[in-house]
Amino acid sequence: MTNTLHRYGDAASFYDDYVVFAIPSRGKNDKGSVPKLKKFLEMAVPFKPVNLGDAIHGGALRPSRHMNPTAHWKRDMTPDFRAVIDGVDTPTTVAAVFDNRVAAEDFLKTVKQADLGLCINVSTSIDGAEQCCHAAGIPRHSVGYSLGFEGKTEKLPNSQILMLTTMCGHGMISTSLAKKMVDWVKEGRRTPDQAVTYMARFCSCGVYNPSRAKRILEDARTKIK
Amino acid sequence: MRINPDKCVACGNCTYVCPMGAIYIDPAIKRATVDRNECVECYACFNGLSQEHLNPTLVRTLRKMFQLVRLRFDPEPDVCPTAAFDPEDLQWPRVVRRAFSDPRVPHESTGVQGRGTEEVKTNDVTGRVRKGEVGFTIEFGRPGVGVWFHEIQKMTWALAKTGVAFEKKNPITSLMTDVATGTLREDILGEKILSAIVEIKVPAERTEEIIRLVRDVERQVDTVIALGVGARCDENGDENVVAPILERLGYRLERAKTNAGLGRITNPEEEKRDPVGMSR
Repeated sequence: MTNTLHRYGDAASFYDDYVVFAIPSRGKNDKGSVPKLKKFLEMAVPFKPVNLGDAIHGGALRPSRHMNPTAHWKRDMTPDFRAVIDGVDTPTTVAAVFDNRVAAEDFLKTVKQADLGLCINVSTSIDGAEQCCHAAGIPRHSVGYSLGFEGKTEKLPNSQILMLTTMCGHGMISTSLAKKMVDWVKEGRRTPDQAVTYMARFCSCGVYNPSRAKRILEDARTKIK
Repeated sequence: MRINPDKCVACGNCTYVCPMGAIYIDPAIKRATVDRNECVECYACFNGLSQEHLNPTLVRTLRKMFQLVRLRFDPEPDVCPTAAFDPEDLQWPRVVRRAFSDPRVPHESTGVQGRGTEEVKTNDVTGRVRKGEVGFTIEFGRPGVGVWFHEIQKMTWALAKTGVAFEKKNPITSLMTDVATGTLREDILGEKILSAIVEIKVPAERTEEIIRLVRDVERQVDTVIALGVGARCDENGDENVVAPILERLGYRLERAKTNAGLGRITNPEEEKRDPVGMSR
C-alpha cells in the first residue's frame, strides 16, 4: 500500500512530517517479527513521536466501541502509545511519525544500531529522507517517488483539505469531515487540537500526523487556499 | 453497510465521515441512509465513529424538544450516539468492494493483504526492482473519488498492449481472466471501490513511454490517478537514472518513500535458499 507516499504538499511543507516505518516481507523476514516490531515502536517513544501505529489495529488515537455520554465533556485526547505497542500481535507494518527531522534522524540511527533485520523506510520529502539516511550513515537502497495526482483532478477539493485528507493514505478521512473541521475551527466551535483528534481517529494505521494537521488547520483558520 | 432505521436518530454525523459521500438523511423516513451504489464498503463509518449506546427514543425526543426552542443539538462529530451501523455479510461480487476499500481486512477475494503489494518498501529483501528497472504503481480513486473496475480495465488493457508485465502478487492482477490482455473478471466490472493499485515493472528506458501512455489513458478514465515510480539506488545511495527522466517530463519531485536498506532475510528456509540475501 502506498499509504504515506501521496501526501499532498510541496517539499517544504513536509518539514514537520517524517514517517519512519518498519515492514516485514512475507516469506523473507516475517517469521518471528512481532517482538522486533514491538521493539521498533518502543525505541521510537523516547524521540517523542506525534503518532505511532500498526496497520491492523490503528494509531495512538482510536475510536471507542462503548463511549460513555459523559465523555462529551471530558474526552481523553491523549495519544496512547502503550496501547499501540502492546497491540501488535501479528506481522504487519508499524510506523512512528515525527514532526521534526532531528528526531527522525536520531531514531533512524538507533534503528540501525538495533539491527532488527526488518525493512525500514522513511517517508517525507526526498531531501528530508536523504538527510536522515546520511546522518545515520546509511546509503539509500531504493526510492519510490510520488508524481502526484493526475486525471480528473477537478474532482479534488482545495489544497488545505487535500493536505488534511491525504495524511490518511488509506482514504479513511473524508473530504466532508475535513471541511467541517476547518469550518468548526474558523467558527471557534472547536480548537485545532480537538479537530485534529477527531480526524486522527479515522486513520486506520496510525500514520496521521496530528502536528502537521494542527498547523494546516491554524493556517486555514485565516487563509483558505 | 446498512444503517438500522430503528436505531438511527438522524444526527447527521455519519453523513460527513463517509469518504464517498454515500450517506444522507432521507427526508421521507428521516433516517440516515446508505446509497448502496456509491458505498464502497470501506467501513470508515463503522470503524471510525465512536459508538454510544443511547436509547434512540429518548434521543429523538430530546432532539425534537431542542428543535422546538431552536437549540442546536451539538454532539461530538465522530460519534454515532446509538450504534446504528449494521455491517452486512457481503457476498460475491460485492465483497470485492470491501477487500479494496477497508484497509483492515485482508483480501478475501485474492488472498493478498492490502490494495497493492510491498512495492520497493521491501526491495532490500525481495529484489523486486533491480538496477536498470522501474516499478510503477498506478493508483486509482484516491483520495475521496473512488473508481469502478470497468474504468481500471481501460488502463490494464492499454498497458497489456505494450507487453508490460503485471506484478503477480497484486490484487488487480489476481482478478484478471487474461493477464496477456489485461482483461478483468466480467462479474466485478460493475463494482465501485475506494482505490486500487495496478503495478508493473519495465526497463528504465521505457519510463517515458509508460508515463505518456498513462497520461493518454487518464483522459478516458473518470477518476483521479496517483502515480508512483520506484527505482533502485546505486552503491552510494544515489538515484540518477529515473529522477532525471521524470524531471525532464515536467514532474517536480517533492515526496518519496525511501527504503533505507536495513532489511535482511531472516526466515530460516529463505536463508538456506539464498544465504546472502537479495540485497546484494
